[in-house]
Amino acid sequence: MKAAHAGWVFVSPALFMIAVFFLLPVLAALGLSLTDFDIYALARLDNLRFVGGGNYLRLLQTPLFWKALGNTLFFVIVGVPLSIVASLAAALLLHSAVARGKAIFRTALFAPVVTTLVAVAVIWNYLLHTRYGLINEVLGWVGISPIDWLGDPRWSMPAIILFAVWKNAGFNMVIFLAALQSIPEELYEASRIEGATALQQLRFVTLPSLAPTMVLVSILTMAGYFQLFAEPYVMTQGGPLQSTTSVLYFMYEEGFKWWNLGSASAVAFLLFLLMFAVTLLQSFALRRWSEP
Amino acid sequence: MTLAGAEQAVRCLSIAALVCGLASCARPDSGEIVLEFWAMGREGEVVAELTRDFEARHRGIRVNVQQLPWQGAHEKLLTAFVGDATPDLAQMGNTWVPEFATLGALAPLEPLASASALVEQGDYFPGIWDTNVIDGRLFGVPWYVDTRLLFYRRDLLAQAGFSQPPRSWEEWRRMLVAIKRLPGAEHYSILVPLNEFEPLLLLGLQQDEPLLREGGRWGNFRSPGFRRALGFYLELFEQELAPRATNTQIANVWNEFARGYFAFYITGPWNIGEFKRRLPPELAGSWMTAPLPGPSGPGLSNAGGSSLVMFANSSRKEAAWKLIEYLSQPEVQRRFYALSGDLPPRRSSWEGSELGGDVYAAAFREQLERVEPTPKVPEWERIATELRVVAEQAAHGALTADAAVSELDARADRILEKRRWILAREAGE
Repeated sequence: MKAAHAGWVFVSPALFMIAVFFLLPVLAALGLSLTDFDIYALARLDNLRFVGGGNYLRLLQTPLFWKALGNTLFFVIVGVPLSIVASLAAALLLHSAVARGKAIFRTALFAPVVTTLVAVAVIWNYLLHTRYGLINEVLGWVGISPIDWLGDPRWSMPAIILFAVWKNAGFNMVIFLAALQSIPEELYEASRIEGATALQQLRFVTLPSLAPTMVLVSILTMAGYFQLFAEPYVMTQGGPLQSTTSVLYFMYEEGFKWWNLGSASAVAFLLFLLMFAVTLLQSFALRRWSEP
Repeated sequence: MTLAGAEQAVRCLSIAALVCGLASCARPDSGEIVLEFWAMGREGEVVAELTRDFEARHRGIRVNVQQLPWQGAHEKLLTAFVGDATPDLAQMGNTWVPEFATLGALAPLEPLASASALVEQGDYFPGIWDTNVIDGRLFGVPWYVDTRLLFYRRDLLAQAGFSQPPRSWEEWRRMLVAIKRLPGAEHYSILVPLNEFEPLLLLGLQQDEPLLREGGRWGNFRSPGFRRALGFYLELFEQELAPRATNTQIANVWNEFARGYFAFYITGPWNIGEFKRRLPPELAGSWMTAPLPGPSGPGLSNAGGSSLVMFANSSRKEAAWKLIEYLSQPEVQRRFYALSGDLPPRRSSWEGSELGGDVYAAAFREQLERVEPTPKVPEWERIATELRVVAEQAAHGALTADAAVSELDARADRILEKRRWILAREAGE
C-alpha cells in the first residue's frame, strides 16, 4: 500500500462521520429550503411543492425577518464590543499585581458562564422588574424614573444585551487571562526601563501581544452573538412588539412552532451566508491590524 | 480501532435493549397490555391517581402516564408523529385537534362513541363537543373544559355605584369608566395582558361573522363584527382603562388584584383556586366571577379545554377506548375536578358535586352553555398569534384599527395559501 493511500484509510472513519452527520443534513436542509415543506406535507408527501427560491424571496419580503435581522445585528454590533471590553477589563484587573482576592473574583466572574441560563434569567427578570426590581430602585436613588426594561420595546434589547454580556463575559475573560499570563515579563521590564507609563505599557505591550487572542475572541463572540436565541426565548418570548425576536428565534418559531421546515431552512442558510461574510471581513480586517 | 468501536457499540445496544426490557417495555409472556398515555401539566401529575383505579378494575391493562410540560407539548406531539412514536392516547388541547386530524395522526372515534353507553354526547356542553368534530367526524372526547370569563372586584364595582356585573358591552363600558375615575393611587379598570390573544379573540367570537370565511380559506377580520370587537378592545387602552402591559410585567396578578390595581380580569377556571388561595382573607367576599358580557346582552366565550384522543398508529385501541370511557364517567370526572380543579365537560358531572354549590363556578356553568369553537383549521394557532402581534401593535398606537384589520387579513390569507391550494386540488381531483 502506498503511503498516500494509508493516509486516506486512517482519516476515512472520521470523514465518513462528518459526511453522515454534517454534510448530509446540510445538503438535506438545502434541499428542504427549496420546498414548502409544512404540516400538510407531513400528512401526505404529495402535498409537497418545489418552490425553488420562493422561500428566500418570500423571506426577503417578510417584515418580521428584517426586523429579526435588525435586532440580531443590533445585538451583535452593541453586544460584541461591549462583551470584549468588559471581559478584557475584568481580565486586566484580575491580572494586575495589586488585585487582592483574585481567586474569589475569578470564580465570581466566571460563575455566570457555567450557571444554567434559565436559572439566571429568572433572577434577572426580578432585577429588571419595572416596579420592584433592584436596578430601577438603584436608578431611583439618582433620580431616574423607573424604566420598563422588558416591557418597553425601546429598552428590551438593551436589557437583553446587558444580561447577555454579564452572562458571557466570564468566558472571554478566562481566555484573555491565559493570554495575559503568557506575555513575557521581560517586555514589561524593558518598557519600564525605557520609561513607559502604565497606559503606554497597555498600549504598546499588552494590546499588541493580545492581538491574536483578540482575533480569536472576537470571531468566537460574534459567531455566538449571531445565534442569539435562549435569552429572548426565556425572558421575553421575542416581545414586546417583537423587539427581541432574533433571526434564530424567528427560525425556531418558523420551524418548530409552525413546522414550516422549508422556510426555516431558508432562514438558516441566509443566516449562514451572513455570518460567513461577516467572519471573512472580520478575520481579514483583524489580520491586517494584528500583523506587525 | 473501528472493529473495537463497533463491538462496543453492539454491546451498548444490547445493554440498552436489556434496560428497556426491564424498565418500560411490556413483557410478552405476562399478557399484560401497557397503554402509553401522555398528559400535560397539572393533569399529568394527578391523573395517575385515577389510572390506578382503572388498572384495579381492568386486570391486564397497565397505564403508563407520561407527563409533558404544556410549553413543549405541541412540539413534542408533532415530533412524535413525525418520528412514528405516538402514544396510544393523549390529552390534547382541543384547538390542536383540527391540526392533528388533518395530519391523519388521530383515530376517528364516532363508531366507538355512538356505541358507548358511557360516553353520552347529549350530556356534554354542545360547544365543547363540537370542537372535536372535524368535517363531520369525531376525533376526541372532551376531558375538561376551559373557558374565560370575568373575575371582578365586587367592592370596587359597588364603590363605583354598581351592584351587578355587566351584561352587555354598553354597561361594561360605563363601569370601566366609573372605576377608572375612582379616587386613590394609580389604578386601571381591567387587566388585558398584551401577550395573550384570548381577550381580543373572545370579543371577536362574540360577533355574528366568522373569523375566517369560505371554509377557512380567507381571513375575515375586515368584517364589521371583528372591526367592532377590535374597536372596543383598543378603546380600553386609549382611554387608559387597561395598562399597556404584558403578563410578565405584572409580577403577581393576585397581589395586584388585591391591591385594586385593576378591577376586572378576563381569565379561566384555574384561577378560582388561585384566587381563593392567594388573596388575603379580608378580600374573600369581595371578588366574584361573571359570564362575559356581549355586544348586546350575555356574550359568548371560547370553547377551550382538553380532549382525550386516540392515535391512529396505536395497536391497543380497544384498551385505550376503555380508558377514555372510564375517564369520561361523571363520578370519575368529579374526582378529577377535586384533584385538578379542571371543570368537567358533562352537565351530569356538575350536578351532585361540590362544583354545583360553588358560587364562583356558577358563572362558568352558565357560560359553558354559550361557548364557541375557534376556526377549525390547522393554521389557526398561527393566525391567533398574528392576531396577538397585530393587536399589540395597535394597542401601542403603531397601527390604526383600520390598518390593523387589513394587516390581519393579509397575514391570515398568506398563512392560508397552502390550505387554499390543497382544497382546490382536492376539489379538482
